[in-house]
Amino acid sequence: MKDRCMPTSRPLLKRFTAALLALTPWIAPAETVQVAVAANFAEPIKAIADEWQRASGHTLNATVGATGKLYAQIRNGAPFDVFLAANAQVPETLEAEGLAQPGSRFTYARGQLVLWSANARRVDAQGDVLRRADLGKLAYANPKTAPYGAAAVQLMAALGLTEALTPKLVQGESIGQTYAFVFTGNADVGFVALSQIFKNGQLKSGSMWRPPGNLYAPIEQDAVLLKRGANNPAARAFMQWLKSPEGQTLIRTYGYDI
Amino acid sequence: MGLTASDLQAIGLTLQVAALTTAILLLLGVPLAWWLARTQSFWRKPVGALVALPLVLPPTVIGFYLLVLMGPQGWVGQWTQALGLGTLPFSFGGLVVGSVIYSTPFMVQPVLNAMQAMGSRPLEVAATLRASPTDRFFNVVLPLCKPGLITGAVMSFAHTVGEFGVVLMVGGNIPGVTRMASVQIYDHVEALEYADAHRLAAVMLGFSFMVLLGLQIWKTEPKGAAA
Repeated sequence: MKDRCMPTSRPLLKRFTAALLALTPWIAPAETVQVAVAANFAEPIKAIADEWQRASGHTLNATVGATGKLYAQIRNGAPFDVFLAANAQVPETLEAEGLAQPGSRFTYARGQLVLWSANARRVDAQGDVLRRADLGKLAYANPKTAPYGAAAVQLMAALGLTEALTPKLVQGESIGQTYAFVFTGNADVGFVALSQIFKNGQLKSGSMWRPPGNLYAPIEQDAVLLKRGANNPAARAFMQWLKSPEGQTLIRTYGYDI
Repeated sequence: MGLTASDLQAIGLTLQVAALTTAILLLLGVPLAWWLARTQSFWRKPVGALVALPLVLPPTVIGFYLLVLMGPQGWVGQWTQALGLGTLPFSFGGLVVGSVIYSTPFMVQPVLNAMQAMGSRPLEVAATLRASPTDRFFNVVLPLCKPGLITGAVMSFAHTVGEFGVVLMVGGNIPGVTRMASVQIYDHVEALEYADAHRLAAVMLGFSFMVLLGLQIWKTEPKGAAA
């Protein structure tokens, strides 16, 4: 049995090994990049991961959460290579604290705050719904940890509505939970990120008001290469790709202004 | 002690939710345990499994379903709206409903154990003395099952105090309305307010230990001394 098999299996094995060797230039450099992603970027990162993994052969694992929460995790040693924050301050702080690679920081997206309702007729083009007596619960993200929540607080103050709206507020743990509150209809309207309700340049469902950008501080979303990712070629490649025209085009289809 | 005003508010709210949850569970859980202890019905096992479900389900599952079911499109939400109660998420009532579901096994199981341990003999004796079913329940069953009732009430209360996932999912984190102590600690940690988190967490730890220590002492006390 053995004797008869050996001669035929050897060339097969050789051919198989040769095929494997031929593939190694593709396999060998493939690395995994662990990315901490602000909740507003949850949708885009899925499309980006698909696109980038195909192009680079690397693997991207995303962990989505409120920026402040991810910051706390990174400070406590969470194993992330890259951080896509929802503001500029947190990446800047990480740099100052020596937890990020100096000079790696750049703005990958400019976020847009919107008032959104799951109901297609609820939010008018001027946002007057905020002044209506029959306004139900108004959801926003925790302003202490979510930059979009902080922007919502600024906006309400700029509109002079802080006092009137306070009793109606409910707070999501991140912009992602805030979206869930509005999506399930438990909150009448809510302050979410345009990227959550936008796809291919169009509103997916419901109704929205896009407040003028001068009513809140611009949401400059910065990416930073973390210390752990400094020696990871995939992390560096991903940062480069985010800056590239392909990356920027993809980001723009989610309603970011970049 | 160094607790902030909002910490104290969160503790006060937590105690309110826990007290109300315990009271509701005494009213609903004890008859349920009684039924489970006595019935020969086909439904005994499915209901028994249902009652134990919150022990194994992640709180996020309960929180998610509550958010969907109690929302304006959910059937519970439609029902509460028809009753003029509005919808339950983000309200004190919603937290209590979630807590009752979440803490049900902590009430029902100790009471059920006590009722099963009691057996049917005391009831048969009471029946020969012409005690009516209600008379038997209140004057024979409840006094004999007192240890189970106390354990159930204390555990329901303590478990509700320690609840987190459901509160985070359906609460909406409104100060004084739905921000319970566990979420307050979470908020402190997220905002890197570690000193505040430490203080409140220490209070919760001390409270939980005292409750369990109290139960241990009370349970091992000789019968005569406890009564």
